[in-house]
Amino acid sequence: MGEAIVITSGKGGVGKTTTSANIGTALALMEKKVCLIDTDIGLRNLDVVMGLENRIIYDIVDVIQGRCKLKQALIKDKRFDYLSLLPAAQTSDKTAVTTNGMKEIVAELKQEYDYIIIDCPAGIEQGFQNAIAGADRAIVVTTPEKSSVRDADRIVGLLEKEDMKESPRLIINRIRSHMMKSGDMIDVDDIVQLLSIDLIGIVIDDDEVIKASNKGEPIALSPNSKASIAYRNIARRILGETVPLQSLEDDKGVLQRVKKFLGMRV
Amino acid sequence: MLDKKQTITIKGTREGLSLFIEESASYNDAIKELNEKILASKPKNDEPVVSVRVKLGNRYLNEEQEKELRRIISVENRFRIESIESELIRIEDALKWQEDSEIKAINRIVRSGQVLDIKGDLLLIGDVNPGGKVVSTGNIYVMGNLYGIAHAGSEGDRDAFIAASYMKPTQLRIADYISRAPDYESEGVYMECGIIDGEQDKIIIDSLKVLSHKRKEISGFERRMNNG
Repeated sequence: MGEAIVITSGKGGVGKTTTSANIGTALALMEKKVCLIDTDIGLRNLDVVMGLENRIIYDIVDVIQGRCKLKQALIKDKRFDYLSLLPAAQTSDKTAVTTNGMKEIVAELKQEYDYIIIDCPAGIEQGFQNAIAGADRAIVVTTPEKSSVRDADRIVGLLEKEDMKESPRLIINRIRSHMMKSGDMIDVDDIVQLLSIDLIGIVIDDDEVIKASNKGEPIALSPNSKASIAYRNIARRILGETVPLQSLEDDKGVLQRVKKFLGMRV
Repeated sequence: MLDKKQTITIKGTREGLSLFIEESASYNDAIKELNEKILASKPKNDEPVVSVRVKLGNRYLNEEQEKELRRIISVENRFRIESIESELIRIEDALKWQEDSEIKAINRIVRSGQVLDIKGDLLLIGDVNPGGKVVSTGNIYVMGNLYGIAHAGSEGDRDAFIAASYMKPTQLRIADYISRAPDYESEGVYMECGIIDGEQDKIIIDSLKVLSHKRKEISGFERRMNNG
């Protein structure tokens, strides 16, 4: 019996889709059976980031409205047998999906997969309600910006009302270490203190992430970029391992230390 | 009949008249006798208006009855009713009174978009995040960080105040007064309170010790009585 994790943020453009793609990929790298679900009906992206756009035949709305079986709509990843994607509909309206429909789909997928990663749309309307409906756990993504933290706070408030296994966990994305050091960006500790939920990972702002997602190759596949290591660390923490947080230092020495650390654990 | 104890007793005091209504008498008898007594006292023309305290003892008057009593006593404007005192209040009023004066302890975080609205005093053990709002009809005590909006005395009590372990609020509101954070970047303050300053006619933030002389009643006897 698998576990469903929703990746949400409230605010748009903070990296939900990138995070979903990379956590999914990182979990698959560790030989877990993973299914990604894109719930952003009308503005689907996850397939693009995963490089699977050209394989879509059926989508989640087709499944909910009974035009195909769930298995038919699932797209197998081109790199891993373990990884599948249930794409969002691009043409339908958001109202086509219901919370009950989502719950059924997630419940069915949980029979088959270890982890269901649900990519949530921005906002707090029906799309959000649908995305969180079937989830057991939630991960909230924020960037170190006031507006993004404010929305994350709102989302945490809404998630706390839901009946989930544990309180949501936090990813701080797009950290620019030099700005954080100079005090121009909100400090990681301050964000964690304000939101008062557990931090599950920090991801440094890395040009490689944008390059990779344009190529349709999640960054988690690259062996040694900082963001890649960050995502793989998050996946390990999801599996229950204790992994120390990445250092914000830029110098090579620390990177080497992190590598060494990884080497020791593997 | 003649030997019966008087239903209405009027006593003169320094502050004016006290009017006792015997509590064992029926309401109708009391009103009848009162009416007679009031009309019987023929005033001299230049007599000043006399203030009256009505003491009901263990008698409860409903709204209709109280209105009638006021009408009878204040007829021809010779008497002014200072107060109507009864030893009794209704259960409904007592519960409301208790609710209004109780301290409600709540342990949670008030996050962006959430509103915590309570009757009486609020003791919040936790933070009020930016975009969050706490409202109470009495005082607000925050054991945590106050970043959002706090509104004390929401039903008009200007003596209400807001105290917090750490204060960096977006807005403080007390009764109908509003103050907001300055436009420039500022540090918050530890262990302070927001209170309406009568002289400046606005909300000020000051150290907690000003409460001991400006809001004496918070630790006073009367308040403890209220809280049972």
